[in-house]
Amino acid sequence: MRAFSPEEIGEVLEMVLFRELDIRAVTLSVNTLPAIRGDVGSALSALRSLLGPHLERFRPAVDKIAAKLGVRIVTARLAVSPVSVMLEPLGRAEDAVEIAKALDDLAETHGVDMVGGFAAFVHAGVSRGDRALIDALPDALNSTKRLGGFVNAASTATGINMDAVLEAAKAVLSMRPEAAARFAVTANVPEDVPFMPAAHHGLGLPDAVINVAVSGPGVIEAVVRNMKDADLRTLHDAIKRAAFKVTRLGELVGREVARELGVRFGAVDLSVAPSPKVGDSVAGILEAMGLPRAGAPGSVLALHLFVDAVKKGGAMATSTIGGLSGAFIPVSEDALMAKAAEEGALGFDSLKAMSAVCNTGIDMAGIPGDAPPDVVAALVADVMALATALDKPLGVRLVPIPGGRPGDVYELGGLYGRVVVMDLGRYREIPLARRSGVVPPSVWRLRAG
Amino acid sequence: MDLVVVSVLGADRVGIVAGITSVLARHNANIVDIAQTVVRDIFSMVMVVDISKADVDIAGLRAELEEVGRKLGVMVAVHHIDVFRYMQRI
Repeated sequence: MRAFSPEEIGEVLEMVLFRELDIRAVTLSVNTLPAIRGDVGSALSALRSLLGPHLERFRPAVDKIAAKLGVRIVTARLAVSPVSVMLEPLGRAEDAVEIAKALDDLAETHGVDMVGGFAAFVHAGVSRGDRALIDALPDALNSTKRLGGFVNAASTATGINMDAVLEAAKAVLSMRPEAAARFAVTANVPEDVPFMPAAHHGLGLPDAVINVAVSGPGVIEAVVRNMKDADLRTLHDAIKRAAFKVTRLGELVGREVARELGVRFGAVDLSVAPSPKVGDSVAGILEAMGLPRAGAPGSVLALHLFVDAVKKGGAMATSTIGGLSGAFIPVSEDALMAKAAEEGALGFDSLKAMSAVCNTGIDMAGIPGDAPPDVVAALVADVMALATALDKPLGVRLVPIPGGRPGDVYELGGLYGRVVVMDLGRYREIPLARRSGVVPPSVWRLRAG
Repeated sequence: MDLVVVSVLGADRVGIVAGITSVLARHNANIVDIAQTVVRDIFSMVMVVDISKADVDIAGLRAELEEVGRKLGVMVAVHHIDVFRYMQRI
């Protein structure tokens, strides 16, 4: 008896060869806290000694597994412990910039596409290390190419730090588009995200672990397009089955790379990441379900149905679900999302509504370079409020375009795609965004005991 | 056994099977299963091949088969059997 029928083999081949099914990222997450030192010179040298041996073997291991399996692994990434912790004894923004540049150099030297963890957790207040990192944000991101970072400004357990939200908004407005694309303001960020810019080595993880991010919206779109007249349960079931297969590939790659490196396999983030390529679009899935455009009425329903099916199919496929594990709707990184924004079908209000059922929030949306900080902070705060009210991870990644006006397009290229400047509305001042302090945690906190 | 799946797709012409299988034979790779069809002049072939006794690894075999595929004007892909095991079996 045959191990696989020709149909089974054909289905997998179609996904891998023609539907852009690939592994978005294999992320090596390393505990860098042993490199904490009292002066930046010693800290940098300890960081290089600690990461060097890992990085020398990482890229070759990823390439070897990709070659063995015949599966494309788009990026190899590194996640380090939140840099703010390394900055606690140092306490200076210039030291933060030095560490940022060193991480960027290490990544480039070892063929690592991105390094994440230039991050601070400030949801209940700002410590000495956090302060140094926040003050360094624009410089650190503007002077690097592969570094990713975030400020976690809200959590269900402690509320929303509005001072941090406003500061982060101002920092974003001082970044070049290429830098802002590598920074997010987050809420409830999980410890094992393999995706940028939220990737970092969480405090609960072992010294080194492999986390995997999958892709493959094209696979799901093809399934949905083939089911024009299906009722919703049948459609949901078909998406679930496809999501199982997509996630399964992530599980296989994660196990193989972890074994090759001799480190633990952590988790698969089952979010089906889009890319700017044609046929690799989450918006394409929503439109295939029966929307004239992403952002049209019905978009929240379509996204909800998609996310739910992906979670149920993916949960069965991996030993450990991790990271954000929902759906990504980055506007510039998804050709049809960008098109919807350009046509005016998709605005910030629809993105906020969709955030209620996805796991990214407002992601990779362009704003005018001279946008008022109040308005940017208030927009971020809206998403933070959704995250804490619904007890889920969300983030905001905005790209200020110098001289940009709503509808303008800025080419970031690569996986970042085409940034469309979106309309922030008519208000220039929002005094609420300037009120200082921390918004108290919601009743979720009380329910948790 | 160390199984890989060799798949070939393209416009039908003389010599495709011979071209591909001669590479496998030269490297002592054993074909354990083969399915081949021609539908509307499109040639398609899927082989399960044991490379445990072969003198090349999967990457080397893939490179050589892709080269032969280019000369024959067909697409050749080589995947490890685990990809199919993971995606098609629970």
